[in-house]
Amino acid sequence: MNKKELYTLKGFHREDFTITGYSFGSGDKAACIVGAIRGNEYQQMYICSQLIRILGELEERGQITSNNEILVVPCLNHYSVNVQKRFWAMDNSDINRRFPGIHGGDTTQNIAAELFDSIKGYSYGIQFTSFYMPGDFIPHVRMMETGHQSPSLANLFGLPYVVIRKPKPLDTTTLNYNWQMNGTCAFSIYSNCSDYIDDVSARQAVASVLRFLTRMGIIKYYNHSGYIAHVLDEDELMAVKTDTAGLYRGLKKPSDPVFRGDIIGEVIDPYEGEVINQIISPTEGIIFFAHTAPTVMENNVVYRIIRRLHE
Amino acid sequence: MVEEVVTVDMPVSEKIVIRKNRIMSAKLSDDAKRLSIVTGIHGDELDGQYICYELNRRIKEHVELLNGIVDIYPAVNPLGIESCTRGMPMFDLDMNRVFPGMENGATAEYLASKIVNDIIGSDMCVDLHSSNIFIKEVPQVRVFDQFKDKLMPYAELMNADFIWEYRINTVLEATLANSLNHLGVPTLVIEMGVGNKVERRYGDQIIEGIFNLMIELGMWKADKTTVRKPMISSEGSITVIHARVTGLFMAAFDDGILKKVEMGEHIGDIVEPLTGRLLHRVEAPCSGTVFTFREYPVVYEGAILCRIFGGGVHE
Repeated sequence: MNKKELYTLKGFHREDFTITGYSFGSGDKAACIVGAIRGNEYQQMYICSQLIRILGELEERGQITSNNEILVVPCLNHYSVNVQKRFWAMDNSDINRRFPGIHGGDTTQNIAAELFDSIKGYSYGIQFTSFYMPGDFIPHVRMMETGHQSPSLANLFGLPYVVIRKPKPLDTTTLNYNWQMNGTCAFSIYSNCSDYIDDVSARQAVASVLRFLTRMGIIKYYNHSGYIAHVLDEDELMAVKTDTAGLYRGLKKPSDPVFRGDIIGEVIDPYEGEVINQIISPTEGIIFFAHTAPTVMENNVVYRIIRRLHE
Repeated sequence: MVEEVVTVDMPVSEKIVIRKNRIMSAKLSDDAKRLSIVTGIHGDELDGQYICYELNRRIKEHVELLNGIVDIYPAVNPLGIESCTRGMPMFDLDMNRVFPGMENGATAEYLASKIVNDIIGSDMCVDLHSSNIFIKEVPQVRVFDQFKDKLMPYAELMNADFIWEYRINTVLEATLANSLNHLGVPTLVIEMGVGNKVERRYGDQIIEGIFNLMIELGMWKADKTTVRKPMISSEGSITVIHARVTGLFMAAFDDGILKKVEMGEHIGDIVEPLTGRLLHRVEAPCSGTVFTFREYPVVYEGAILCRIFGGGVHE
């Protein structure tokens, strides 16, 4: 294991901002794995830390195949993690909306550009990321439909679902998109949460990456085959919204099956305690995303359901 | 007449309400024009608040001069304005990246779609912005180059000091202005001042421009006024000075905006409070006019300190 500084920015009164990478093996740039880009992506950083621990052990035992280098970057933004801000602590810019970056540009453009120099050119790019809405997901692999995407490779992670997303303008400055445009086969992995650590889900995410690296011949490891993924378009997910605002009680979790007419959530009057709205499932299927915040607004997406899918 | 454009219930005893004030002439001719003035997409940009107030006041004072409809939308992101937050506070989401929105989408996209649909039908739209809290901008019109043939004649009416023709990148495709331009509503983007402040003189300057635009559109019965002749980015070059080091930026002058600088002129110093060291002396790399200047003095390496128009190097 080689611990190295990928980028350093001088601090003002804080200690310097340093992005640290861990490389394993040597030779061709095989795979790069990136964790927390936002300050609240604790689960993403935790997953990477576990990968670093295990890859270190595998390397000691000679289980990284020859002529393959793996780079893991557990956190791109510890300045924000340490002050509990989601985005860059000084100007609230989102580094995952600054790629491929600009050398000599403003601070976060420059961070993105410098870092991208270190993490591009790998055959495979894997990013653990999060969604802007508060909620939990079924663990899945997500790819952008850039024309370079490969759902069959995404299947090799052995996670239950692969989601293909049509990129919106906002997506074109993400790491995933720019990796793909730069020739790296890029995958975003969503474990079930961000703001807290879920060990079960983290173990599943770690196993999925080790499975993928094994199947691509980058490491020698013996693990479970995982799932044959169900591949779906993001547009196929049915959004279930609230009619009313208030306190929220979700009754279903990701992976739960639901049937048309099931009561899957309740909105409660925040002062008087009455249930003022029941969220009724409009379809049968599997819960893919579930809102977890204690409150909801009117018109809030509280679930996304994979329609007509059964366990 | 104040109208609610869209409302969304919030969890506890409150709604998000986006309002507009419609002022119209007593009689509307068949060819009466409609102008929309929009601001407050970013909650930390407040110059538009003053402009909306003053525009309302002055039009109402002489409503007999109005010929047509003026719709004033003072707060597209009311929660941002009242929580000193640039984006939508619940999602930390830049609202000016979700247009034209989706009726069926999440809250921000739903709001965006309602706003766009309400503005559609206007003959012209002016989208008012301030800068952020870090840099101060001269009053300027920003025109996406794709629409410059259509927009430049209007931009020159706005009494701005500068017109910046922008090459649009993909992210900016999702702005309100770009969406409206694509949907057939010619829309000018105005930038001025600095975040979290109202610079009254800039507001007054742009208000004159809006009245001038209304005169040109036949919406305001008054003689044409003389407006500033703006610098236009296509007629010169823009040079950007970034901080070379992290530290405290101490400007060499009180207000850099519109200052004429010579090549090599002292712009400011980046210093280190802990040790008293001068870390970097910042000098103008070219001659020209400053149209962007650092406001927030703490800088990391890469932070924008200054933009100069007229230099020899493109950004």
